Amino acid sequence: MNHSLAPSAVLHNFEFDILDLGLIEYQRCYAWQQELVESVSLGRKKSALLLCEHPPVITLGRRAKKENILKPLNELTSQGIAIAYVTRGGDVTLHLPGQLVVYPVFDLRFLGRDITAFLRNLEKAIIFFLHDYGIAAKRKEGLTGAWVDEKKIASIGIAIRHWVTYHGLSVNIDCDLNLFSLLRSCGQDIMMASIKDFTGEDIDREKVKEGIVAKFRQVFCGGG
Amino acid sequence: MVKVILPELGEGITKATVSYWYFQAGQTVKKGEDLVELTTDKATFNLPSPATGKLLEVFSLEGQSADVGSGLASIEASE
Repeated sequence: MNHSLAPSAVLHNFEFDILDLGLIEYQRCYAWQQELVESVSLGRKKSALLLCEHPPVITLGRRAKKENILKPLNELTSQGIAIAYVTRGGDVTLHLPGQLVVYPVFDLRFLGRDITAFLRNLEKAIIFFLHDYGIAAKRKEGLTGAWVDEKKIASIGIAIRHWVTYHGLSVNIDCDLNLFSLLRSCGQDIMMASIKDFTGEDIDREKVKEGIVAKFRQVFCGGG
Repeated sequence: MVKVILPELGEGITKATVSYWYFQAGQTVKKGEDLVELTTDKATFNLPSPATGKLLEVFSLEGQSADVGSGLASIEASE
């Protein structure tokens, strides 16, 4: 195993449900997450992994600088791109069809109450998943996410309430990467990549979801 | 008086930035309610109020950085 991807949290007796929300508008999904965070924090529901795609939306995290959106907001909205101010960490990012968004609503009270370990384990799950597609994704020191050489293929930004996580990660499957030119993603001048860039083939969405879920189970429920 | 302490957030995290106070000094807060939002590089963390009572003083303003283990605010507990 690549040492840099070694598990960094004490994991025990952790399990989670899967919720596949399909293509769902960003704010509606956010409301889902909020309700679920409340239920999980009160012990009424198990932790859950939400899988979905969003219609085009640029989200601004708590650390977002508006200058990282490179076109006037009214121009974007007239192109059908929504804008959302959100409570996650990080700067600006874009969601769009063809990008799988994964929201782990996980109770960190079962995962060592360690935000650093949680972020590293998110990276680990997504990097292991990409390896199965033959993509040599890696971590980049100081830059959360998954990278292939100098290109970013998966982005991460989370929030925690009552030690339950929400927001999460996005991985580009076969989305229109040209739309990323509308912003300085995560506040940086970076190129984005998608799985299709490397496989060159049409990608089976269901297999992608199954693959992600399997890696999350491996990393967060033991065995990885 | 109850002190609101910035808790351990994870390995290697020694500081966090206060990004949002849900209450102002002088207001009444309830135990368990979101009191303050803290931001690290890729995560925001909502810290609940440790007590019910009046928020007396806020030591770290929005945008300021605070050390893990330091006091963020004080509450005059009413129960």
